[in-house]
Amino acid sequence: MSRVVVLKGGRSLERQVSLRSGARVQDALERLGHDTVAIDVGHDLVARLQEASPDLVFVALHGRDGEDGTVQELLEVLGLPYTGSGVSACIRCADKVLAKHLMLDAGIPTPAFYAFNETAFKELGAAAALPAIEERLDFPIVVKPAGQGSALGIKFARTAADVPAALVAAFSYDHRVLLERHVSGRDLAVSILDGGDTGVEPQALPVVEAVPRGEDFYDFEARYQIGRTQFVCPAQLPGDAAERAQALALEVYRLFGCFAFARVDLMLDPEGQLHVLEVNAIPGLTETSLLPQAADAAGVGFDELIERVVARTSARASAAGAPRPT
Amino acid sequence: MDVAQRPPQPRPAARDLERYTRLFAVRTRDMKSSAMRDLMAITERPEVISLAGGLPDTSTFPPDSYASLMATVARDSCARALQYGPTEGVGVLKDRIVEVMAAERTFVDPDDVLVTTGAQQAIDLMCKALIDPGDVIVTEAPTYPGAIPAFQAYQADVVQVEMDSDGLRIDELEVTLERLEGEGRRPKFLYTIPTFHNPAGVTMSLPRRRRLVEVARERELLVLEDNPYGLLRFEGEALPTLRALDGPSAAEGAGGLVVYLGTFSKILSPGIRLGWAVGPGPVLDKLRIGKASADLCSSSMTQYFVDAYFQAGRWEDYLGSLRELYRGRRDTMLEALTERLGPEASWTRPEGGLFVWVTLPDYIDTTDLLARALRENVAFVPGEAAYVDGRGRSSLRLNFSGVNEQDIREGVRRIGGVIREQVGLYGTLTGAQPPRAGPDAQAGARPGKGAAQTGAPAGAGDEGLADVVALPPRREGPHGRARGVHEDR
Repeated sequence: MSRVVVLKGGRSLERQVSLRSGARVQDALERLGHDTVAIDVGHDLVARLQEASPDLVFVALHGRDGEDGTVQELLEVLGLPYTGSGVSACIRCADKVLAKHLMLDAGIPTPAFYAFNETAFKELGAAAALPAIEERLDFPIVVKPAGQGSALGIKFARTAADVPAALVAAFSYDHRVLLERHVSGRDLAVSILDGGDTGVEPQALPVVEAVPRGEDFYDFEARYQIGRTQFVCPAQLPGDAAERAQALALEVYRLFGCFAFARVDLMLDPEGQLHVLEVNAIPGLTETSLLPQAADAAGVGFDELIERVVARTSARASAAGAPRPT
Repeated sequence: MDVAQRPPQPRPAARDLERYTRLFAVRTRDMKSSAMRDLMAITERPEVISLAGGLPDTSTFPPDSYASLMATVARDSCARALQYGPTEGVGVLKDRIVEVMAAERTFVDPDDVLVTTGAQQAIDLMCKALIDPGDVIVTEAPTYPGAIPAFQAYQADVVQVEMDSDGLRIDELEVTLERLEGEGRRPKFLYTIPTFHNPAGVTMSLPRRRRLVEVARERELLVLEDNPYGLLRFEGEALPTLRALDGPSAAEGAGGLVVYLGTFSKILSPGIRLGWAVGPGPVLDKLRIGKASADLCSSSMTQYFVDAYFQAGRWEDYLGSLRELYRGRRDTMLEALTERLGPEASWTRPEGGLFVWVTLPDYIDTTDLLARALRENVAFVPGEAAYVDGRGRSSLRLNFSGVNEQDIREGVRRIGGVIREQVGLYGTLTGAQPPRAGPDAQAGARPGKGAAQTGAPAGAGDEGLADVVALPPRREGPHGRARGVHEDR
């Protein structure tokens, strides 16, 4: 048994999801016999962490600050072992532009894209390049904020006339945005879970397919709400697509240097090609989240999942004698 | 036991919800949280100036009066106040309700009154009594965001009809009713907020009120008239309620087609959770039966409290003070909007109530704008909250009753800033105007219209982009879409 602080909530736009993830994690930790304290992350975070003096911190935060390396850096400074990926892996996952470049450089298939910050449009006249971008990416184009973890702010531009408003929307969330070729097909998620002990290879969990009900886009609301989207796990995919998706997800997981767990989102196009969309360093742990569903399909219950993450984190901390996990 | 230490406890609601998913009724699929609701949750942070609430200001109610009213209840009605009461409401309170309605020249019999736990309960009871899955409810577009989850919980098919500055478009209503009739579908009721509409801020004109009552009679259309704000008029002439125009069913020539909803939330306190319904006997009977199964009765304690409050005889003075307070805040908000929003924005100028409805160019999505605004610690309700059909994404609702004038000015200044930023960015992206000089530069670089209410200007430098930047006039009415935003009525 150890003393575990669960970090949840915070100021990100995914606060509500994080509160649900955190509550669920805390319940599991208590059932597992750990002494837990939950902290809704705010101005007093450092003081409260110092007061709690935990053996381990379970980071159940999503989005800005919690999933992008900020809180992780703070935990490094405080010398507290924490769950999930380390600072650098969090940065690689949270910054969609960086993530896409890493994948391109490593030869991992990801939809074609262009990324710009606001100043490119305001000061460099990037708007004049939009027609060329549109021609190369072809419609519909997906426009997304570079650093927003959820589907908030993601827009489909079906014609050139839609692009400016889509960019304005995406810039509501981040100073940098991606214009990405839309890949139609099946929406897949592969969660990766490390073994409980050091030296055990990470495991790709069964593929989850998200099948939206009557919506043309797998949106933020559907993603977290029971009933809006049907999830199929294991996904019924043709040929060796499931194995390929798992292998690809593992490759990305290693490339990004993730730790303990992560979720890789992919598309399977009608020709059978896979395309990696993004990696979530701290995927949702709510009632409807994909990682717990996939773990369950692999015979790993929620409590066991949490225990494995805690054990892996503790083992890593003991082995290293220091809390830097990547 | 150390109370600071959280004891392990079973909390099934927080875990393993999938286990219960198959147990949930099909209708709960529509009872959902939304991204917007999650965004709205962030607006509750203390550092955020929230113009999003629907809150009356209860801070001016004198604590001494509150204490003395409670003492009166304790002295005169202790046992009764602590006891269950009749489902239809305590008799003395129904007399007070008759008095309040008479202040709007709407004369009713206490026997036609059903006391409810807020008018919100009456909306729910109307659905419970009248709505089978798939039944049509007609509402204004936009409509009260808090009504939508109630309608959806009963799987109603909500059909929204356009409004303009004179309220619900009755001609559009007739077209809609005609179309529905052609489809063999008769609406169970029309839900309307004719006076100081939430969220639109507009008031239905007298000719339209008369015409609506005629249409209701011609078509035997039941009208649910929600009137929480009628007594909060700051200026202009009071208009008769639909109920007053229609009359009770027993009266000669009367239709008996209006179910009227009132509330003490906006004239006294939402915390006492008391509202009421007045309607035709058969409908009221069903509502009463529905209420009995929901909560047996509304709080006896607060019903006696309200009676004591009215006995003290100063309710109209207090109401007058609220009107003065809100009038000042409305004026401040309208001034701030004129000062801070460019010509591409338009907004309503309410003669009473709590809300201003702002409409922006259609390239601005106000849910995304809220995410941006929250970074500046200011909040509003995105227009989509007031629609069920995907419209309203370029509109937003501002509340002026629950925020002091300084915060109204500062809140509108910040909102104006993020709107200017997006207008400027859009201009840059479309080539409609040069890049902006700085955050405080005046937004309306486009030629033409200046006054806030005149609608959005068209006109772009580049002919080839004209179809992108030419904006239709927005004066005609709000647009939007709805999901459940919680708010106090």
